[in-house]
Amino acid sequence: MKPKPFTYLRPADINEALQALARIGEDARILAGGQSLLPMMNFRLAQARALIDISRLAPLAYIRKTAGEIEIGAATTQAQLLAWPQLGDATPLLSAALPHVGHFQTRSRGTVCGSIAHSDPASELPLCLATLEGKVVLRSSKGERVLPAAEFQTGMLATARRPDEVVVAVRFPERKQGAGYAFMEMAQRHGDFAICAVAAVVSGKTTRLGVGGVADKPTVREWSGLPNGELDDALNDFAWELGGTDDHHATAAYRRELVRRLGRRAIEEAAKCSS
Amino acid sequence: MLELKEGVRHPVDFILNGKPARGLAEPRMLLSDFLRQELGCAEIHVGCEHGVCGACTVLIDGIPARSCLTLAVQTAGRTVETVRSLAAEDGALSDLQEAFRRHHALQCGYCTPGILMSAEQFLRERADPSEQEVREMLSGHICRCTGYVGIVEAILETARSRAGAR
Repeated sequence: MKPKPFTYLRPADINEALQALARIGEDARILAGGQSLLPMMNFRLAQARALIDISRLAPLAYIRKTAGEIEIGAATTQAQLLAWPQLGDATPLLSAALPHVGHFQTRSRGTVCGSIAHSDPASELPLCLATLEGKVVLRSSKGERVLPAAEFQTGMLATARRPDEVVVAVRFPERKQGAGYAFMEMAQRHGDFAICAVAAVVSGKTTRLGVGGVADKPTVREWSGLPNGELDDALNDFAWELGGTDDHHATAAYRRELVRRLGRRAIEEAAKCSS
Repeated sequence: MLELKEGVRHPVDFILNGKPARGLAEPRMLLSDFLRQELGCAEIHVGCEHGVCGACTVLIDGIPARSCLTLAVQTAGRTVETVRSLAAEDGALSDLQEAFRRHHALQCGYCTPGILMSAEQFLRERADPSEQEVREMLSGHICRCTGYVGIVEAILETARSRAGAR
């Protein structure tokens, strides 16, 4: 339960980090909070020749409101976002989801961008990003590109990030006027990985539901003008299409049932908060 | 850019329980192993080594963190507090530690140093926590002896007595 040997790099700014990444390539990993990467390295499920530590880069630790979006820098911890006074007003979904992310003692170091870069299919933050149609800002020594969540998230622990790129920020859309939001999950203990997590947005006649923990990545479905009597059928179809599998936490059938029940509850809760 | 080569032990200077400390660590050395093996901090209890059990929790710059999910070299220039920082110089237990004793909030004691560090910082942030909040904070720790009831009571009682003293 110890990581394999690696070289530790602590760049003085983001440009040094990008240069090091361009030089070392796939054998290097970015270390921010380390709350996903280090367990994987302790288990030797992940290996690196070099870790590039960006956790001390103060210019990357920010939460900024810009043109209808909340941008969060790569060194911002989950605890810092949770403590941001405007969080509930700006993004009610994140405000509801963040307390489920890990524990008090891991949110203190785990970063928002790191969780999204890690892309665990059961993680809450990638699910929120997908449901809200957020964006990921990727930077390399050659330039910057911005990918929508749906293009960034490609599968289980897999993203469209290229080996020379750093996730420097993520952008969540600000709450939509009149929309209602809800987040719910089922886990064995509070803070454990979700067996199934759901994020709902209800806005006028449009209902969006994101589901995590079932498919290999967060999956979102949108219905428009769905009569209330047809919601159960729609959820049932969605549950089957997600193609969950049995594992030692839960069976596929149990996961489908969670999509149907938690999904309905979250949609009803979001509808209550909408106007 | 600071570059610490693999396989080489590098000096790490930091503040440990209020005093300057130094040890040697390879980049891959976990803070938990560094504190135990290099600096003799037997109060660091290592449980799961992947951030789930919470036994190795310490405060880094005043914030609770898993020492098994922190590299020793990352703590250079930082302050680290272990459970040894809680009791007075003469060994007198802190109010929180006394409350743990009174409420039988420990049996084997393996999880206790980590829980005490989390709880101490939690109480600094939240003067009047609800039971629900205490239990959520405790969800980051695993105790297999107590069933948590005594731990929750000890933390709530300490919060109340500190509020009364203010």
